[in-house]
Amino acid sequence: MPLTLIEAEAFLYREARLADTHDYDSWEELWTEDAIYWVPAGGDSATDPANNVSVLFDNRSRIGTRVRQLKSGKRHSQNPKSSVCRLISNVELLGEHEGDTVIGATALVVESRDDRTTMWAGRYEYRLRRVADDVRMSFKKVTLVDREHPLNTLSILL
Amino acid sequence: MHGSIYTDPAIFADEMERIFYSTWVFVGHESEVPEPNDYVVKSIGPQSVIMTRAKDGSIHLLQNRCAHRGNLVCEAPKGNTLAFRCQYHGWTYANNGDLLGFPYKQGYDGVLDKSNITLGRVPRVESYQGFVFGSFAPDGPSLREHLGAATECLDRLARISPAGEVQLTAGWLKHRVKANWKMLLENETDGYHPQFVHSSIFSVATSGIGALYSENSTALCRDLGNGHTENDLRPEFRRIAEPMGWFGTTAEKVPNYVQAMRDSYGKAAEEIMIDGSPHVMIFPSLFIAEIQLFQIQPLAVDQTVQHVTCMQFKDAADLNRRVLQQTIGSVGPAGFLLADDSEMYERNQRGVAARNPEWVLIARGLNREHTDAEGFTVSNNTDETTLRAIWRHYMTLMDH
Ligand code: FES
Ligand SMILES: [Fe+2]
Repeated sequence: MPLTLIEAEAFLYREARLADTHDYDSWEELWTEDAIYWVPAGGDSATDPANNVSVLFDNRSRIGTRVRQLKSGKRHSQNPKSSVCRLISNVELLGEHEGDTVIGATALVVESRDDRTTMWAGRYEYRLRRVADDVRMSFKKVTLVDREHPLNTLSILL
Repeated sequence: MHGSIYTDPAIFADEMERIFYSTWVFVGHESEVPEPNDYVVKSIGPQSVIMTRAKDGSIHLLQNRCAHRGNLVCEAPKGNTLAFRCQYHGWTYANNGDLLGFPYKQGYDGVLDKSNITLGRVPRVESYQGFVFGSFAPDGPSLREHLGAATECLDRLARISPAGEVQLTAGWLKHRVKANWKMLLENETDGYHPQFVHSSIFSVATSGIGALYSENSTALCRDLGNGHTENDLRPEFRRIAEPMGWFGTTAEKVPNYVQAMRDSYGKAAEEIMIDGSPHVMIFPSLFIAEIQLFQIQPLAVDQTVQHVTCMQFKDAADLNRRVLQQTIGSVGPAGFLLADDSEMYERNQRGVAARNPEWVLIARGLNREHTDAEGFTVSNNTDETTLRAIWRHYMTLMDH
């Protein structure tokens, strides 16, 4: 059964809070086993990830590595951690993909660290799935408005 | 070296003149403009240059500045065109830089001779193994003379492909850092830092990289001359003695590639697949780390963009897929490795702003560096022989 807009929004807000608060383990649990977490770079990256470099293209095992690296306490680019706060908006049900509900949204993620504040703005695409009584994400693509430009170091969870 | 060398805007301006606008600087690769009339916008230091392939196949580096009043003539990052038309007053140029025409030409009768006007051209353009370099100096050493011993590293890179050709076709990551460009140049040749800066990833994932830069590593660092340096990892790869061990994999994982290599190179294929790809810094801004390529672009004394792509080796589809995925994991703004390197450049930049002590120390390994059979200065892979090689060459360029 597809998700309702209310269910999708509740999931997105929960995910946003876990990412903002660096609750890495709880965030990792939101993913399905076949998950893809993707931040395309410029050019053809957003349409042809198999032949172009992306900023980030994690399968489930690499999501796990990313979380373990963050938790090691020696990920210098997150030690000390950034202060992060994000707004999720314009949430829409966009259809279905192999049984998962496709959700579109926009987000503005504000990151403060050292002597710099970075605004990461982008269009988000999620695929959400019911698993037992809960909701999980199998796909998350973050298409940054700045993707054609040089980017600052991206060590937070987008 | 004195700390101000990273922070003084006057020194930065001088470096642009004496290094980036005088010597050979890497711009791009011929495979980025494969077809006649292809172009791509690249850079030499802070300046935008258009790399074009003209109708006759020749490569040109044109300044992105209209000869009329200086507007950009090319706004798109890449494309295919016979001509660039400035959108301000419509002057049009061929893709070799010649002026084709200007509108309402009566206003120029007896004033301007069209045949004398061109886009600014980088006066010297040469390639080696498809790597295109430009020099703003109208004369001086040839590219081959400038590359010197580093040509052998580019040859070693090319033969990782069964067809003997590298292609840069996977697009670019652009990573902005608040640090002087020389912080990147130094870090990338520094075999002392990986165990400390990258311990987080070594502690949570299996990687052979840590061992290459450990105290007991048999790998070497080498001064290749002209500011070029190499971290020669072959002694370690030869110790492992497994084809594809250099890439952290086995021959069974990339069977088509291994077969293609044996078909192309015969007996020599085994040695190539054991020795692997080079790890070389070509002064001042091209860094090749086995499967990744970095171009360091200085923008200001404390601002640098690092452009990164992965090697794609011609006729090596199964290897290329893994190279792409490994590159995305390791480098760029979110990379398991480079996000922490960039943190270090930026902290280093803030650190040298303090005035005491005034000097940075690059003495590591002075007690054990020596001359190898071919006459190169070499030392332990964790030594600062590479930094001394860079700075020695830098001083020859900056001193007159
Ligand atoms: S500035 Fe280019 S046509 Fe006038
Ligand atoms: Fe590093």
